[in-house]
Amino acid sequence: MTSIRPAAIVWVALMTSALLNAWLGEGHGPAKVAAVAVIVIAFVKVRLVGHYFMEVRGAPLPLRVIFDAYIGVVSCALIGIYLIGT
Amino acid sequence: MSTPSWPAAEDPVLNGQVPGEQAGGHSTAAQAAGAATGELFFKDPFAHTYAKPKTSGAPNGRPRSHVPGEVGIWVFVLGDMCAFALFFSVFVLTRTQQPAVFELGRRSLTLALGTINTLLLLTGSFMVVVGLRYVRRLRQRIGSRFFAVALFCGLCFVGNKVIEYHGLIHDGHKPASNDFYTYFFMFTGVHLLHLTLGLGGLGFMVKTARKPAIAARDLRNLEALATYWHLIDLLWIVLFALLYLLR
Repeated sequence: MTSIRPAAIVWVALMTSALLNAWLGEGHGPAKVAAVAVIVIAFVKVRLVGHYFMEVRGAPLPLRVIFDAYIGVVSCALIGIYLIGT
Repeated sequence: MSTPSWPAAEDPVLNGQVPGEQAGGHSTAAQAAGAATGELFFKDPFAHTYAKPKTSGAPNGRPRSHVPGEVGIWVFVLGDMCAFALFFSVFVLTRTQQPAVFELGRRSLTLALGTINTLLLLTGSFMVVVGLRYVRRLRQRIGSRFFAVALFCGLCFVGNKVIEYHGLIHDGHKPASNDFYTYFFMFTGVHLLHLTLGLGGLGFMVKTARKPAIAARDLRNLEALATYWHLIDLLWIVLFALLYLLR
């Protein structure tokens, strides 16, 4: 059984990231860069929640692949829609 | 908010040790093996006759990978994630078509409320992780307290959401006002419905973890409900980014 420490570190990182996301959304940097950063950071957080809280990292390979593929496909789709549309 | 004390650095449970190693011999080898395999948790006088749990064959001897909860909950979770992916895509697409309307709508939201809700869900999720760890290590009473804290975080989220909805409607921002508010109320409303169901699940987790002995089926249920609660956190992370942050 693994230690709780990785999940605790992820929790602290996610809390910090929430505040960082809020800062990016308050108008720092060019809009497109900030928007892409917001989406990327959001899906990095999704992956951390999935792997360390939902225990996907200890799950069988197919579940890990499906989960990570979802993150890759959806984040790229959202960034693509945003960049093409603006 | 009163939280159960958990000296994480010193706590052998949270550091992955078997309770029998430091709990004065109250736990048996059967319990330790049961924790790893998901068998019944009770003192078993015939424990020494059982085979060791199967491992992946990895050098560290860790148990083989397993699906948290059961396959059914993951079919639901992944299906729900796909449905929300459609929501996210529609929102971003419409946003690119009506940037001024969506930017005005975004600016009318209170970022602090959204951030607080994010922090509440993240904390609730982590409490579930810690609680589940305690349950797996046969200290389910302590685990139930962490589940209760997660339940409290969820209730705070609901209260915060009610305040936010009330403020928006009071300012004249209703679901029919424009596309931004239509999506805002629809997506956050569907998410809130998920969360409300999750609160019921957390209540069940608190009750289950208070049982004197946890059966394999109980552990599967706890894992499945924990997975569902994390899904709520996961969906909110993206919703928060798109609704409150995306310019």
